[in-house]
Amino acid sequence: MSKKNGILSSNAFYTLLSIILGFIVGAILLSVAKINPLEAYRQLLKGIFGKPKFMIWCLIYAAPLIFTGLSVAFSFKTGVFNIGAEGQFVVGSLTACVIGILIKAPAIIHIPLCFIGAALAGGIWGAIVGLLKIKKGVNEVLSYIMFNWIAFYLSNFIVNLTVIHKESGGEATKDIADTARILAPKSIIEATGASAANWGFIIAVVFAIIVWFVINKTTLGFKLRAVGFSNTAAQYAGIDTGKSFLTAMAFSGALAGIGGAIQLMGMSGRISQFSGQEGYGFQGITVALIASSNPIACIFAGIFYGAMKYGGSKLSLVNAPSEVVDIIMGVIILFIAISSLFRSIFLSHGKKGAV
Amino acid sequence: MDTAVEMQNIVKKFGDFVANDGINLTVKKGEVHAILGENGAGKSTLMNILYGLYHPTSGKIFIDGKETVIGTPQRAIDLGIGMVHQHFMLIPPFTVTENIALGMEDTKGLVLDLKKSREKIVELSKKYGLAVDPDAKIEDISVGMQQRVEILKVLYRGAKTLILDEPTASLTPQEILELIDIIKSLTKDGKSVILITHKLKEIKACADSCTIIRHGKYINTVDVKTTSESELAAMMVGRDVSFSVEKEKREPGEVVLCVKDLCAKDYRKADILKSLCLDVRRGEIVGIAGVDGNGQSELVEILTGLKKAESGSVTILGKDAFNVTPRQSFDMGITSIPEDRQKHGLVLDFSVAENLILQNFENEPFSKNGILNEKNIESHANKLIEKFDIRPKDSAKKAAKTLSGGNQQKVIIAREVTNDSDLLIAVNPTRGLDVGAIEFVHRYLVEQRNKNKAVLLVSFELDEIMNLSDRIEVIFGGQITGEVMGEDADEKELGLLMAGGKKDE
Repeated sequence: MSKKNGILSSNAFYTLLSIILGFIVGAILLSVAKINPLEAYRQLLKGIFGKPKFMIWCLIYAAPLIFTGLSVAFSFKTGVFNIGAEGQFVVGSLTACVIGILIKAPAIIHIPLCFIGAALAGGIWGAIVGLLKIKKGVNEVLSYIMFNWIAFYLSNFIVNLTVIHKESGGEATKDIADTARILAPKSIIEATGASAANWGFIIAVVFAIIVWFVINKTTLGFKLRAVGFSNTAAQYAGIDTGKSFLTAMAFSGALAGIGGAIQLMGMSGRISQFSGQEGYGFQGITVALIASSNPIACIFAGIFYGAMKYGGSKLSLVNAPSEVVDIIMGVIILFIAISSLFRSIFLSHGKKGAV
Repeated sequence: MDTAVEMQNIVKKFGDFVANDGINLTVKKGEVHAILGENGAGKSTLMNILYGLYHPTSGKIFIDGKETVIGTPQRAIDLGIGMVHQHFMLIPPFTVTENIALGMEDTKGLVLDLKKSREKIVELSKKYGLAVDPDAKIEDISVGMQQRVEILKVLYRGAKTLILDEPTASLTPQEILELIDIIKSLTKDGKSVILITHKLKEIKACADSCTIIRHGKYINTVDVKTTSESELAAMMVGRDVSFSVEKEKREPGEVVLCVKDLCAKDYRKADILKSLCLDVRRGEIVGIAGVDGNGQSELVEILTGLKKAESGSVTILGKDAFNVTPRQSFDMGITSIPEDRQKHGLVLDFSVAENLILQNFENEPFSKNGILNEKNIESHANKLIEKFDIRPKDSAKKAAKTLSGGNQQKVIIAREVTNDSDLLIAVNPTRGLDVGAIEFVHRYLVEQRNKNKAVLLVSFELDEIMNLSDRIEVIFGGQITGEVMGEDADEKELGLLMAGGKKDE
């Protein structure tokens, strides 16, 4: 019985259950829309696993999501809710884009330069919110959301500057220099047929391990977690809680910023004018929740979301809207959020069973 | 007399752990029935069953003679059972009135009528002598007043049987006497009171009968009048216990802490410390006796860096320690056992091992170049768990929140005593602990003194102050108003000083 209760109290079990329930609710909605859910899900699976090329694409989609997921997971671990990963992602990719277009350098310098610029931009974006919080007591959720919009319009402003803007037609920037791209070698691209195959996923995995290490194995992580769990006890123990929040929010922002650079340097190569928020940061919240804020689990949650996004884009083949994927993800989050309810129901049943 | 509550052969298992193993309890109408047992003996489990928070694995419950399945706290309240928890269940940003009325608010049409609730509360608090400010926010009032709010909350719901879980833990001697009066007037009304406590003195003072539980097992139910305190204690812990603290005489050495003319304001910007002066020397325990709210919390907050003073001076071994940060305070040689162990003492979600290095994680051998050394952290934890008898024995990697209150306190004491600083400040260090754990805490405070350290003890327990202190300073209205040497201390005289009276010359 204790083994059974062990399963019933583990996060992974409820996450899996929530995912299954998400698909069931998605199926119901598809049926309501007069689309055969089995057919749609078959198409979704085919779109993900049908060819090796598809699977590579899923990983390409996953890389930026792993970063925003790590960003949010890191913030959760340190007692902050980074709902501003969206804006940090945008300023990160914007900075990388400007550096990628305006600076001429060999790849070995150019690529790190773009990443550092993106990390700094995202980090500063997060740190400003942190400063407002600790100096003026501004609720970080509010300022994060406002900074998302500031980033959004800043991006659109810069995209339209003459030096940055594409010379002919289209509402986008010039392509960044090839020396700032992180594409996989030609041989791999040709062999797999995935035109945007890049190192982003590998970099994301490396960063997930780094974040895990920082949180769990370093004094910095110890300090940030202590403040995250109980800022009163941490303060009493002599930890500077304001500084800790600031560090955590800057670090979290930097991760989202790097995610933006990965998206730009690996996949898009340029930034288009936004008509609406792209949602990488918000999807990062989903990734972090599915991963229970565990950095290593963020890799898998990111792959899952990436695959759903990529596979979902093929749903139009069966006349199903790709938004079904968003609904499924939304329902999954809803169920994860109420999983503590399931937990108490199952566990109390377990107890009654023992009577 | 009719029985109000009867619990027969209650068994409660959590997995393989048996928290209650066949416990019987019969509470008569109009009596005060004490439940005595060490921390973790199963008292709270039993009461949570009665209050509907847990379902018993087996056993029967009779309320007013009828067999009943309680199931939920709402049902328990409907049956006239009210519970005052040891850890308060109040909403800090709400006012006293809002907290008490919560869930049974008076309404005028669709609109809240808090005025009416407020009147009822004022009436109740007058009737039972429970002084509260109905308009103050919970987060701004003292622990003592919060306790009174909790008791009022239960009375407001018209309870016939009141379960009081460690109700006197935070009260001053005078307030305890008042509470005993309240309890007596309640029982005169025909209400029953179940009193969960470790304090034998209070059981003797106000309980009629007492049920003793040890390690989840029913030991005995005795008539309080015919049973002595030491008999009760022996039944509770299963061995003989010594009450007094062994302490040899010592000459105090150099001054460690010197506080001069310290002035500070409280959250309402009212003067809370008025030119307070205090010295603590090596090799002595100085006890601060006083009624809650006379500035002792603020004094400790200033010394530990949580609060800023307005003026005055504080020195540690001659070095300026005025308005330091918590880190500076620690580095200058002040460690403390905080009043609120769950809020300030421990990061509850951290493991015991992590809590034990909360101030030292940046130092070798626990970390090097910013990387934690888990092996050393764990072996450090296991050493302290062994030395300070923290239970369970394998708790190094368990979250601190899974430990009982007494063991949580042992974790803090293990950490602070190991820090081995020049000044140890202890604030209500035995609040909510049982006799065995109190003995333990007292032993370590005296040991620090014997190691020629300075100890500042702030406590609302007059017995504790009198037992431990070499010198007692009475605080009243933000000033030290009297000094009594430990061996000359007299409860009556101290009580008078604490209430603002003058020392007879």
